[in-house]
Amino acid sequence: MKTKKLEQGTLIVLLIIAGIFPFLSGRYLLSVGISILVMALLGQSWNLMSGYAGQFSFGHAAFFGIGAYASSILYMDYGLSPWLGMLVGMVLAAAVGVIIGFLSFRYKLRGDFFALVTLAFAEMLRVLFNNTKALKGATGVLIPYKNAWREFQFADDKAFYFILLAMVMAATIFIAVMNRRKFGVCLVAIKENQEAAGSLGVPVLKYKLSAMAISAAIAAMAGTFYAQYYGFIDPTVVFAASISVEAIVPCIIGGAGTLGGPLLGALIIIPLQELSNSLFEGTNGINMILYGALIVLFVVFCRDGIYGTIIRRLKGVKT
Amino acid sequence: MNIQALQSLLDGILMGGVYALAALGLSLIFGVLKITNFAHGAMMTVGMYVVYALASGMGISPYLALPAAMVLMFLMGFLIQRFPIHYIEKAPAHNQLLLTLGVAYILENTLLLVFTPNYQTLTVSGFDKALRVGGLTFAPAKLIAFCVVIVVTGCVYFLLYRTHTGNSIRASAQNDTGARLMGINVRNIRAAAFGIGAVCTGIAGGLLTPIMSIYPTLGESFQLKCFVIAVLGGMGNLWGALISGLIIGVIESLSGYYLGGSWSDMLIYGVFILILFVRPTGLFGKVNRREN
Amino acid sequence: MDLLRVQDVSKSGQGNLAVSHVSLTVKEGKITGLIGANGAGKTTLFNCISGYYHVTSGRVLYRGQEVQHKTAEKLCHMGIARTFQIAKPFGMLSVLDNVAVGGYNKAKSRKEAYQFAEQSLQMVGLWEKQENLALLLNTGEQRKLELARALATQPQVLLLDEVMAGLTPTESREMVELIGKINQAGITILMIEHIMPVIMGLSHFIYVMERGKMIAEGTPEAVSKDPKVIASYLGEGLEVE
Repeated sequence: MKTKKLEQGTLIVLLIIAGIFPFLSGRYLLSVGISILVMALLGQSWNLMSGYAGQFSFGHAAFFGIGAYASSILYMDYGLSPWLGMLVGMVLAAAVGVIIGFLSFRYKLRGDFFALVTLAFAEMLRVLFNNTKALKGATGVLIPYKNAWREFQFADDKAFYFILLAMVMAATIFIAVMNRRKFGVCLVAIKENQEAAGSLGVPVLKYKLSAMAISAAIAAMAGTFYAQYYGFIDPTVVFAASISVEAIVPCIIGGAGTLGGPLLGALIIIPLQELSNSLFEGTNGINMILYGALIVLFVVFCRDGIYGTIIRRLKGVKT
Repeated sequence: MNIQALQSLLDGILMGGVYALAALGLSLIFGVLKITNFAHGAMMTVGMYVVYALASGMGISPYLALPAAMVLMFLMGFLIQRFPIHYIEKAPAHNQLLLTLGVAYILENTLLLVFTPNYQTLTVSGFDKALRVGGLTFAPAKLIAFCVVIVVTGCVYFLLYRTHTGNSIRASAQNDTGARLMGINVRNIRAAAFGIGAVCTGIAGGLLTPIMSIYPTLGESFQLKCFVIAVLGGMGNLWGALISGLIIGVIESLSGYYLGGSWSDMLIYGVFILILFVRPTGLFGKVNRREN
Repeated sequence: MDLLRVQDVSKSGQGNLAVSHVSLTVKEGKITGLIGANGAGKTTLFNCISGYYHVTSGRVLYRGQEVQHKTAEKLCHMGIARTFQIAKPFGMLSVLDNVAVGGYNKAKSRKEAYQFAEQSLQMVGLWEKQENLALLLNTGEQRKLELARALATQPQVLLLDEVMAGLTPTESREMVELIGKINQAGITILMIEHIMPVIMGLSHFIYVMERGKMIAEGTPEAVSKDPKVIASYLGEGLEVE
């Protein structure tokens, strides 16, 4: 109970800071804030499927890319508002997630092999989009700038920021509520021991697929946001393996399977990257060496992530 | 089959040999350490740059640089296993995956730091002349690469099947506790296995240096191919990796010829997904499926 | 009335028959015991009954309905719950949440699920530990948790797989008492046990397996005097308490 209060308190403090932040920062800091939130949203999406439900995805770029492309293509070719396009993308991504999940679970893939399948699907989509004219091919989509709500375009980056913040909040609140319901408790049970969960009447397959579908939809939402905010997408960007990694890393640093983990993780990684970028300006590589080192250090020394370790300690787990 | 198709078949076999060597390393590492090594592509790139640096820096033939590269790759692999990987051997599968991913970032970007992101090309004198037999062209670099692959693979097999170290490695792949009870220093043996895996992929990379322009992230594109080959052959099945390497090499170049290069990637990923679903133990059916 | 009937069930694994043409009947309201040496096929038979293995041949009837091809989830909804030989707690969930997972099986609301969970925890005597994470429990408590989870699914028949394994003598005595209490509450029990006195004392009817076959059945007294059983358990001190 104590941890629950602490958790809620931390999140509310984070939210207040996130709410004030744009008014205190200039263009550059605001863009950093947006990067943090994009990573947090992707992280929260991965967290649901892999952190809570325990199905380790290495291909979240697939869902991200589907979201980015669905809204962009529907907007450019059919004039559909990206808001609606985003919903279409979410549904499509969820459907792809369910298909990947159903096949994987049907053939009893677990662990590394499941991760490899998700990776292979994302790579396949990248090649497919790269080579299909109807899907804009390698040139990608450039979204023209029009300042209007309907177009999901704003002159002021603050608007983008708050929309994204709302998305991150929605995902986080969804998980928070889920944690207290049958769905969330049973997902953790499935992660901990699928066999035992099944023997207690938990509909294992249905829940795993639901988790994948929701997770994929959240990643697709992030994809649409990305396309609208940066105004340009191509297959090598949105289906890149680095996007899949970006979904994982905040959870590893912050703590997978915890509510605040991905948020904290994103809050640490992006500023760290920005810092090392400016410190080592002009020298390629150092930035990513640090990134790699951070992953190695956390996996070796702090496997539960910062937030995860704190929570475990508070709940009385030693080491 | 016309002459061009025959040519692609030939190229496929030659390249397939190089893939096979790299995948052999991946499969060996999985077999012994039960780790899906996401640093495999990066280790391959390290091999490319080591050969490049030695050959261009000292002005020697890249093939003379190979023995030195082998030693370096072995040491690197040994150390990677002994420091980070050793500490997470008992951890769930995805932790190992992430750890090797972190290692991959470190390796790749160290290369980026040292060699810049630019393409580097190694020109070897005399390699511009191709050997022509009938209508077929034999690029010297590819031909030599294939021969070296055969020699190195032979050495690896000799090491694994005819030496004490090799027996220990295979014993600990079969049964870790048993190996420990037999008095095998499992820690060093595992590190040695990772080292040999690194040598395989590093040499495969080094052999590609005279064939293509290299850049620090080049290995990534080969990494997934290595996974495909290793899974197709059955993770941990060394003969399987070799045969599948040739199969994938041929599929790649024939489908590239008939369908165009990018669709051949689609086809390979498709084969990969199908194999993962239908026969995760690989074509040759050695049971080594990972459940956690 | 026969609640559960296993008819001529065989299960082959890796070429040989792990369970061969086995039949047994579990009477409603009773405790039925299943004994046999290690590797006799008890757990395999259990897994066939509880939906983890597909039987190679034969039928499993629950209230007269064939259930041998149903999944564990479905069987749980129908009222068949089980525990595992090695306790499988959901470590990162609290004790209460662990049991609530079972509670949701029959509950129509969250509140009801937690009511079922509370009742079960009270019954096994773990209510005080409800807020602890399950991974902090000791072996004895984990067994009780396992039992509480199964109870929370509101089963009609409970399949217990060696619930005494790894317990201290005191914990064992508590567990025997508990199983008796659960049975008193009207839940039919089929249990596998290694410790002879325990099962002889608790069971109304006993089946004995050896190398995948049923070699004897009867009341505890009859079974303990059966020469085949005595031969099978030679030197293990077969006594009725």
